[in-house]
Amino acid sequence: MNILNFFIIVPLITVFLILFSKSLKTTRIIAAVGMTIQLLLALWLMYYYLVHYGLKQLHKMIFVSDTVWFPTLNIHYAIGVDGISTAMILLTAIVIFAGVFVSWTMENLHREFFISLIVLATGVFGFFISYDLFTMLLFYELAVIPMYLLIGIWGSGPKEKHAMKLTLMLMAGSALIIAGLLGIYFSTPIVNGHHTFNMLEISKYTLPIKAQRLFFPLTFVGFGVLGALFPFHTWSPDGHASAPTAVSMLHAGVLMKLGTYGVFRVAIYLMPEAAHEMAWIFIILTSISVVYGAFGAIMQKDLKYINAYSSVSHVGMITFGLLMMNATAIDGAILQMISHGIMTALFFALIGMIYGRTHTRNVYEMGGLLRVIPFLGTMYMIAGFASLGLPGFSGFVAELNIFTGAFLHADLFHRVATILVISSIVVTAVYILRFVGIMLMGPIKHEEHLKLKDATWYEKLSTITLVVSMLAIGLYPVWIINTIMGSLKPIMLKILGG
Amino acid sequence: MANFSYTIYILLVPLLIFAIVGIWGGKWKPIISGLIGTFGIAFILVLSYYAAYQYFFVVNHVGHYKQIVAMNFLWLPFNKILNVHMGILLDPISAMMLIVVPTISLMSHWYSLGYMKGERGFARYYAFLSLFTFSMLGLVLSTDILQMFIFYELVGVSSYLLIGFYYQRPSAVAAAKKAFIVTRFADFGFLVGILVLVYYTHSFDFMQITDPHSPVFRTILGKAFLGYSVLAWALSLIFVGAAGKSAMFPFHIWLPDAMEGPTPVSALIHAATMVVAGVFTVARIFPIYVHYTPNVLLMIGYVGGFTSLFAALIAMTQFDIKRVLAYSTLSQIGYMMVGLGVSRYGGEEGLGYTAAMFHLFTHAMFKALLFLGAGSIIHAVHSNFMQKMGALRKYMPITHITFLVAALAISGIPPFAGFFSKDKILEAAFMHNRLLFWVEYITAGLTAFYIFRLYFKVFWWTDEPQCDCKPHESPSTMTIPLIILAILSSTVGFIPFNKFVTPDLKAFPVETDWGLVSASVAIGLLGLGFAWFLYRKENDLPDKIVNALGKLYQWTYDKFYIDEIYLFITKKILFNLVARPIAWFDRHIVDGFMVGVAIVTGKTAEKIKGFQSGHLQQYAFVFIASVLIIALTVLYFIGA
Repeated sequence: MNILNFFIIVPLITVFLILFSKSLKTTRIIAAVGMTIQLLLALWLMYYYLVHYGLKQLHKMIFVSDTVWFPTLNIHYAIGVDGISTAMILLTAIVIFAGVFVSWTMENLHREFFISLIVLATGVFGFFISYDLFTMLLFYELAVIPMYLLIGIWGSGPKEKHAMKLTLMLMAGSALIIAGLLGIYFSTPIVNGHHTFNMLEISKYTLPIKAQRLFFPLTFVGFGVLGALFPFHTWSPDGHASAPTAVSMLHAGVLMKLGTYGVFRVAIYLMPEAAHEMAWIFIILTSISVVYGAFGAIMQKDLKYINAYSSVSHVGMITFGLLMMNATAIDGAILQMISHGIMTALFFALIGMIYGRTHTRNVYEMGGLLRVIPFLGTMYMIAGFASLGLPGFSGFVAELNIFTGAFLHADLFHRVATILVISSIVVTAVYILRFVGIMLMGPIKHEEHLKLKDATWYEKLSTITLVVSMLAIGLYPVWIINTIMGSLKPIMLKILGG
Repeated sequence: MANFSYTIYILLVPLLIFAIVGIWGGKWKPIISGLIGTFGIAFILVLSYYAAYQYFFVVNHVGHYKQIVAMNFLWLPFNKILNVHMGILLDPISAMMLIVVPTISLMSHWYSLGYMKGERGFARYYAFLSLFTFSMLGLVLSTDILQMFIFYELVGVSSYLLIGFYYQRPSAVAAAKKAFIVTRFADFGFLVGILVLVYYTHSFDFMQITDPHSPVFRTILGKAFLGYSVLAWALSLIFVGAAGKSAMFPFHIWLPDAMEGPTPVSALIHAATMVVAGVFTVARIFPIYVHYTPNVLLMIGYVGGFTSLFAALIAMTQFDIKRVLAYSTLSQIGYMMVGLGVSRYGGEEGLGYTAAMFHLFTHAMFKALLFLGAGSIIHAVHSNFMQKMGALRKYMPITHITFLVAALAISGIPPFAGFFSKDKILEAAFMHNRLLFWVEYITAGLTAFYIFRLYFKVFWWTDEPQCDCKPHESPSTMTIPLIILAILSSTVGFIPFNKFVTPDLKAFPVETDWGLVSASVAIGLLGLGFAWFLYRKENDLPDKIVNALGKLYQWTYDKFYIDEIYLFITKKILFNLVARPIAWFDRHIVDGFMVGVAIVTGKTAEKIKGFQSGHLQQYAFVFIASVLIIALTVLYFIGA
């Protein structure tokens, strides 16, 4: 059997076992074991790919298998991974692993919570392993639906309203995606009496330019909603603010990357001609996202809102990199997906831990926390430094690739947009240091904060996992860069060839 | 050819110490972290001295140097052509920095064993010092301009961490933030400059982008943007980064505030090493500046000249001794920039470059000494303000003598180190740019005045100290570094820099212009004498002068309100006119629109839900009516 199936089977078995769990203790142990296996699987896959192809900058779809699933519409359960999806799978495994440990003390309806969380992750894994557009969409929806429950039931604040807003906006995005995918499907030539959803097949054709002009914006915007593309990002601050910690982590860390990954794999990859034509519109929108998100973050009070706006800015940079349409920038964009995924998961994890202690997320009500909770405080600073693109962390490498790639375009339009985007590194430094200064440094604002306890073992485990992952890329990026580069080769041929 | 591969340990050891002490240091007795840090640096010092010795005397013939890449590895491949490498580049200036950085770093480490004793976070302090030493050495040894940028960021962050060391003090937090953001803004310029330059050179490698014979520069010179050549734009932007780190006007505002950090940190980072990174950067790319964009180089000279005068003026009015020294640092770095700005290339024409590097070298010694001396004073009287001091010569003899040596050195009195280097800068300026010469000449007088104002106010002025304290000499962990630095400050001036550090890597002969020497000593003595006259004994003459100057004094004392201008721009414009409206716009307009769509959808559904009533008659009626209407319409059109 194809080894990739385990990425679906392991979580499903975990979910099944949790059904019979009687207490939080057993539930979380089952979840932890399941997700540890998942992480080991992902690590092994990465290692396997690295050794055989990645380090040599080779491209290969590995573990490819194709089963007809719904013959009338020629839908297949077609799976296989290349370097890029391997990296995304590893990201997902890391974040869900950390997410389980962050939710270690989830008393309320623990079984249902962990089940929904893991089902969500299953959807994401499925999305990354499949290359049949329809199956991808199916897994995508599988990931979005539990989100509604997770926020609506375990969230905080006006959770029902925010859950509704998030789900509706993402569903609107899905509607566009469905329209776009069907459009692509019916634009493909008929082979053996059928059109095709198979991404690899489609990429061999040049879709008619009229169809591209219609369906490129549909898929781009549809996936863009999930990638918090301005002006369709407003679900993000509210949604994140109400979501429970692990859900915020998964959502900002992984789910938003589904959007950018879709933009890349479906919109740009399959319809490069339209992408070249229309890139300028989206370059404007993403440049706005980057700067606007960063400025938007400065004036926030709620830690989660800060991070949500920061994500708008950082994820905007991913889409910006993709739109530069050259290997260096796209390489950076993919790396930024991973990097932002880990970094923002760390942020949300820490916000959850700090909130659990101080019972507030308002930065202005905190102060001097570094002294009472030095471990969490230090971790928060590390996350901050990673976010503002300090060398040594993955974000710097990703941003440097995006900037260098963008600079390969010499025309004035690209130059201005690029410099605008680069200027965000200053604004990011402003809000990060501002909030680190207010919250972690200075005198302690409340007496009761003096009694706070520092991190427990499971909190340490999840944060350290994330920090180590950022360092592994940031200190010596060659391994991951080569892996992505290798897999980009055929894609770049398609994108630039047209 | 000697093998330089051991130089990698110069970088690895401090990084390792940072990791070890940073992770486990909190669990040990504080002193262990201190000792690990100090001995680690001592080890690096030996290695770097050995490397510098080998470079200057063994591998090369004295006076004929070449660039040596000691090691190099691929760090980040962008595409087939562009790659970022990390490595170690040895040439006269980096070999010189191999002496400066570890020396001052070791002195600061050693001194801190006494100065920081009993402080909360002692281990953290040593971890950060090691991080800084690592980053600074990485910066000066860079083989690749992006490597330099990376280490620019890393020294920036270690500076942030050390300025904010007393993180519970709001002023320290604010100062740390300010330092980081101002230099980040400059680094933004630096990065754009690098990217523009590299777009044309297709290489990040210093060996290639600083080779003046490379044909690539001619082609870039031909390309213009807004009336200037692209190369001039790129190099100006790179200088913006350098100006940020070296706190040149208008980026100088962060440096005086950075004095919130512990004093040994000020000595190491904000006086001797990190703040000269900008000078070092300009020196590193000097061949290109001088060959292709002499106008940019001239501008660098003017920025340096202006900063040196401007800062010296402010230094004359300040009362916080660390701030006086901070402005003095700005002023002296300005000197170095002037040296580079007036320099040419080849033979004696390169005097300015040599003099700038020489001044960087001597300044590191005597300015570190001044700062560590100031630390010793602050340690004794528990205040930064000279109004609380006076007569300290009676209580702190070692601090007093060493401080005097440093003061004489910075004033340019022979035979102390500052004299030699400053005199050479003046000489170079005299040869090539008279305006800058006069600016620097006047500044030399002001320098002697402000430093001896400080000296007399601290060590003389009154008969007894003006504080409620019992001043005492500092412990030997602090005084021994002072003595070592005092010895260095009085001897390093005799090093014949023209043999070792020159822009074209070849020695050139120097002749001493005795007229100029006498003039520069005279102005130093004049400033000294004036300070002696005003501040040796307590009197009210200084106050009278202050009153006579009125507004002029006030402006200078308030640092010409540059900080207020910055505050206005950030708080009033960026925060209130950009960030706040964006936050509002997002919540009310963008999100409002999305919510509006939802509400309209809801309302519409409300209105039309009557259609799905479940009444069969109604459905049948609508159905038949519709069929009739359609049929009639179709018939009508067919008939027509």
